[in-house]
Amino acid sequence: MSAAKNINITLKIWRQKNAKTKGGIETYKLDNVSTASSFLEMLDQLNEQLVNERKEPVAFDHDCREGICGSCSLYINGRAHGPDTGITTCQLHMRMFNDGDTIYVEPWRSKAFPVIKDLVVDRSAFDRIQQAGGFVSVNTSGRTIDANSLPVPKDDADKAFMAAACIGCGACVATCKNGSAMLFVGAKVSQYALLPQGKVEATERVLNMVRQMDEEGFGNCTNTGACEIECPKGISLENIARMNREYLKASL
Amino acid sequence: MKFLKIYLHNVMAKSALLKSSIGKKYWMALTGLFLCLFLAGHLAGNLQLLLPDSQLQFNQYALFMTTNPAVKILSYLTYISILFHAVDGILLAIQNKKARPIGYAKNNPSANSSFASRNMAVLGTLVLVFIATHMINFWAKMHFDEKMPLQTLMIKQERKDQYTGMTVKDSVLVFTLTSGNYIPTEQVKGYGESGDNSPYEIVNRVEFYRTGSNMKAGEGYKDLYTLTMDFFRDKKYGLAFTLFYVFSMMVLAFHLWHGFQSAFQSLGLNNPKWTPTIKFVGKAFAVIVPILFAIIPLYIHFTK
Repeated sequence: MSAAKNINITLKIWRQKNAKTKGGIETYKLDNVSTASSFLEMLDQLNEQLVNERKEPVAFDHDCREGICGSCSLYINGRAHGPDTGITTCQLHMRMFNDGDTIYVEPWRSKAFPVIKDLVVDRSAFDRIQQAGGFVSVNTSGRTIDANSLPVPKDDADKAFMAAACIGCGACVATCKNGSAMLFVGAKVSQYALLPQGKVEATERVLNMVRQMDEEGFGNCTNTGACEIECPKGISLENIARMNREYLKASL
Repeated sequence: MKFLKIYLHNVMAKSALLKSSIGKKYWMALTGLFLCLFLAGHLAGNLQLLLPDSQLQFNQYALFMTTNPAVKILSYLTYISILFHAVDGILLAIQNKKARPIGYAKNNPSANSSFASRNMAVLGTLVLVFIATHMINFWAKMHFDEKMPLQTLMIKQERKDQYTGMTVKDSVLVFTLTSGNYIPTEQVKGYGESGDNSPYEIVNRVEFYRTGSNMKAGEGYKDLYTLTMDFFRDKKYGLAFTLFYVFSMMVLAFHLWHGFQSAFQSLGLNNPKWTPTIKFVGKAFAVIVPILFAIIPLYIHFTK
């Protein structure tokens, strides 16, 4: 890997005071950005510059900064989590950009994800879908049986685990031309549908989660496959197919 | 009352299959796949146009396709499927537009999805426009046009002239009947010179009757073959009709390129074992079927 160098970039960032006001794109020049820094560190650097200029810093979501919490979002240069695959924005590095680049940074765009401020969107629609059925009802009185006492075929366990890798970041919705949340819901439905513990409530789960998904105003999947490519955790389209099967079974 | 309540509750639950996002996908998939079957059948019928001397065969086929009861059921299913696929598709497109009220200032969708997959609504609308023109040009004429021509045939005959004793070759134009018999056109009212004294008249567009009686002599074939040939060989518009047809088939190819395999995904039929085969068959279908359709008008227009 080549040694880190410093680049100068132009940023075009969506600024919006709050949910009620109309936002717009603002342009910022940022010099001496190390290619070794992460995208979020670059935004920190911009905010420092803005604070020194006595301007309002750019609000953006971030938490763990190691690609596991799903907090960071950002639509960068026309792609969810920027120009790389299998990563969240905190895992995106400035070495992906060149000196003199203009970089667009926009919030997730979805009716169900309203902008709270600048680049921060309200993703509680995902929470409500999860609450509608994304759980197993277990007696937690202390007399629960050991989970491993139920035999699970290795293949099913692997698939359930891969579905459970979803961090709920919303990149699938952001990148989908229809603003559909089916990859998220498909993953959540699948991770339970594949396991014996989840099969008990499978029928109500899929019906309730899909109903909630539709109520939140997400669009309809047209199988473009964009979500699968942009998903930082590589959640497969097979999960949407599984949800479709589960839904059909539950509806009949 | 309680029974009614339970019944209504059940109906509402079932209506999720019509109203919910996933329910709409099932219907798009089922109608779409049915229309793929229709395409294959329609293509097989059309390809007869490329056979040599296929006029009678094609017109017999057209008669069968418009009168056979089983085919009638299939054709009504096809009309319903086209309408449902179109209406459902438009509803989905409107909903999907609403799901993102503010778009991106910069977007790079080609990085993660195919052109066809992103433009199914536009492609589908163009296919619908083609279907409408296609039905006006052929289907409506076959079903409703009072002036739809009947199949005629030029029969060459040799006879000895009664005065000179020499062999004379002449020919006579006849209507072909479904019974296999012929009626010379000059003996039919409106075609020959005898006017009201003609021995035959045509009733109900295809039925031949002895003039002034209710003695039916037989039925003719609607000449869809000649109508099609004349359509694509039209001096003024033949080329335009041909090019529009070919363009529409290209649009159809893109629509099928995504649609065929997408239908299986919507129905939940996606697994590592079968999906590669489904995708391959879908892409082969999307290329081969429209090309074969497009060859027919090209052949008709450019050969004469």
